[in-house]
Amino acid sequence: MEHTAREKALWTICLTLVLIFALIPVLWIISLSFKTPATITDQSFIPTEFSFDNYKSLFEGGISESPFIKPLINSLGIALITTFISIILASFAAYAIARLDFPGRSVMLAGALAIAMFPPISTVGPLFDMWRSLGLYDTWPGLIIPYLTFSLPLAIYTLVAFFREIPWDLEKAAQVDGATPFQAFTKVIVPLAAPGMFTAAILVFIFAWNDFLFAISLTSSDASRTVPAALAFFTGDSTFTQPTGSIAAAAVLVTVPIIIFVLLFQRRIVAGLTSGAVKG
Amino acid sequence: MSDRVKSERRLGWLLCAPAAIAMLAVTAYPIGYAIVLSLQQVDLRFPDEGGWVGLQNYGAVLSSGLWWTDLFNTVFLSVISVSIELCLGMAIALVMHRAIFGRGLVRTSVLIPYGIVTVVAAFSWQFAFAPDTGFVNHLPFIADDKDWFGERFSAFSVIIMAEVWKTTPFMALLLLAGLTTIDDGLYDAAKVDGASAWQRFTRITLPLMKPAILVALLFRTLDAFRIFDTIFIMTNGAQDTQSVSILGYQQLISRLNLGLGSAVSVLIFICVLVIAVFFVRVLGARQPEGSR
Repeated sequence: MEHTAREKALWTICLTLVLIFALIPVLWIISLSFKTPATITDQSFIPTEFSFDNYKSLFEGGISESPFIKPLINSLGIALITTFISIILASFAAYAIARLDFPGRSVMLAGALAIAMFPPISTVGPLFDMWRSLGLYDTWPGLIIPYLTFSLPLAIYTLVAFFREIPWDLEKAAQVDGATPFQAFTKVIVPLAAPGMFTAAILVFIFAWNDFLFAISLTSSDASRTVPAALAFFTGDSTFTQPTGSIAAAAVLVTVPIIIFVLLFQRRIVAGLTSGAVKG
Repeated sequence: MSDRVKSERRLGWLLCAPAAIAMLAVTAYPIGYAIVLSLQQVDLRFPDEGGWVGLQNYGAVLSSGLWWTDLFNTVFLSVISVSIELCLGMAIALVMHRAIFGRGLVRTSVLIPYGIVTVVAAFSWQFAFAPDTGFVNHLPFIADDKDWFGERFSAFSVIIMAEVWKTTPFMALLLLAGLTTIDDGLYDAAKVDGASAWQRFTRITLPLMKPAILVALLFRTLDAFRIFDTIFIMTNGAQDTQSVSILGYQQLISRLNLGLGSAVSVLIFICVLVIAVFFVRVLGARQPEGSR
């Protein structure tokens, strides 16, 4: 199809607008993170003086004093463990739903859908009370358990969509060709299922990394507070300085790696986010 | 029933059980517990007082102006932001579908908001609009000293903007997925019959995308109804900008009033149920295959 110069120009403008709108908050927070306390209120989009002081202050005092290191470890640990368990449980369920014929299959799918719609705030009060009496309040498992619950529907739906596409007959074919059932599974099925599981893992990790409500409700100290919650409690060096610079620097550190990751695996993420929705 | 069928059933149940238990343990049990708590007077600051009070907590919530203000705020924010997202998302989806060049670039840029932690995005927008640090008041046509968070509806406009920025990508991707299922031949046939671009959009695209649009609307509406992070960071409910989730959080965690807070939680649960039933029954959304 041929396009006129006018169409191309119009398209370029659309493209630029979308790009600017998507990038503004990211560029702005990066800019703020490099400003000095003296220039942080200069309101200019590009820093006039560059400094790494905001980043340095995040790591000052090592693990015991720094307001950022422990929450970062908590965030990483909790998100990774959640992802690991969630993908294992979801793979079992998704395999059963995609391959086996048993009554309750549709109930399982409908149930997962209902959980996806469930308002998390409705569970916060009871969990707060239960966790305090069970000793789970302000611990890693105290956050991992609710994250598991609310990420499972996402993982199950993504995996079911992927597993349904796998040509399972290949497993039998490999066995006919002399492979043992174990070989058939590890050499044929696992490589085919891996991309789907990886996609689901990315989505679950981002979900756990992003949560704020449970993180501020079920924690009270750096023992298990994750970065989003810690950011809300950041204070300045003294009562008279705003923590804007340190918040910006911490925000950049938790954002940029995820953005790079998302961009590297964008095709998978798009496939995962929209899996099944097409048939809806 | 043959042994094979039986063993397949058993395996199916066995494989689903762990996930089912994990999902129910933190939803069904707590919501039941919340209902029990909501019927009692439970205030952790006064642990000695207590006992069953029937529907008194619900009466207290429903007769307070705060609940109705917050419910209005939540519905207002949800309706406005989801409507903007639908229009913008549809525009982006159409643009991506008919991309002349740079389709990958658009996809990349719409995924950036998805990857960003909501709290971080809320901080960034807040700092951008803040009168002391922000650059927004320096833009043309905006008063230099405008205090965006000092007044209810200007605060709402910033909150809506942050929400729209964060969630439009998801809407666009869902709609694009629906768009790609439409047979191009229909458009060609309509063109031959002399239909204008607008007619092709309203007579072909919209009707065929109805299921995809309804699914996207249902999930985004329920998601928007839970709005918490952005408001907590930007205003923490000041200037009457509280959402129902913020109200629940304040009663439960800040004031430790589990009885009253649980009544709020249960009412929010009922609201979500009503919205879901509304979409599924009244608008005729089919059972969606996707969870989002």
